Amino acid sequence: MQSDIWALDPLTLAAISGMALATWLTRFAGYWLLRRVTVGGRVAAALEAVPGAILMAIVTPVAFASGAAESAAAVLTVLLALRLPLIVAVAGGCLAVVLLRTLLG
Amino acid sequence: MTNNDRSGEFTAGVLTILPVLVAVVVYGLLFGALAAQKGLSPLEVTVMSALVFAGASQFVAVEIWTSPPGVLLLALTALMVNLRHVLMGAALAPFIRGWPRGRTWTALFFMTDENWALTLQRAGRTTITPAFYFGLALPLYGGWIACTTLGAVFGAVLQDPARYGLDFAFTAVFLTLLVGMWKGPRNLLPWAASAAVATAAYFWLPGVWYIALGGLAGTLAGALQGPARPKEAVDAV
Repeated sequence: MQSDIWALDPLTLAAISGMALATWLTRFAGYWLLRRVTVGGRVAAALEAVPGAILMAIVTPVAFASGAAESAAAVLTVLLALRLPLIVAVAGGCLAVVLLRTLLG
Repeated sequence: MTNNDRSGEFTAGVLTILPVLVAVVVYGLLFGALAAQKGLSPLEVTVMSALVFAGASQFVAVEIWTSPPGVLLLALTALMVNLRHVLMGAALAPFIRGWPRGRTWTALFFMTDENWALTLQRAGRTTITPAFYFGLALPLYGGWIACTTLGAVFGAVLQDPARYGLDFAFTAVFLTLLVGMWKGPRNLLPWAASAAVATAAYFWLPGVWYIALGGLAGTLAGALQGPARPKEAVDAV
């Protein structure tokens, strides 16, 4: 674990730059493309599905394939997020996972 | 436009974004703390927040962060997570097209889910001025950089994050983001396809391939499903 506040690793900087370039590309592309073609139909539907599909894939191992404590805490987080502020949902999920891991061994 | 109008528009933007800033403080501190746990220094967190400025993709990046980091994998993952920006930029285009060119491209650099949604909401009532847009964008940008950096400074102090359930924090954050993305039953098919393929890939393939494959499956399911109600989609734009 690094503790030096000013540490700037060259590879980390390269990774951040790569992420930044990719993100800028997505931010500029839509405006740039729209001056030429109209995105519609299945392409728009596919693009629209991207963020949700990615997030779902990311939560899958912990939410569905780690154990009963994690799965139950995931359900609780979703239920909390439906009604309460996000921070309550995140804190509640983390608290639940600690308690459930103790209870379920 | 006089200077008075301009500062009035800027203030209107700042007031509109204020409620969102509360969430930015929470997510910012959390992100900084999690990044510190993965070995990123506060300065590295500052640089990432200032250059990337896209919360969801930054959380994902730190989740899959290794030491040393996989540069290409991180860039490709950021590209996939942020693909929605392409659609958002297309929807925003009519309202920022008439601005001076430099401001249009600067506005796109600052485009996030939050100020994009608030801008389109206002566009239904009145013209969008650069002053209003940057009134939204600049506090969000400054707040995100400040809070993520603070989180990294203090987050590194925490030992054994699993004791506090913090290893679950990523999943919890993403689940709350997912809840916010729920638009109705038409999300079911892509999300189920993603979860199914991601589970299979998680068990049978090494590394984080489950993210790319799950995301791809969900995207294809979305394409197969086709557009929702084309009429309304056009009206909303």
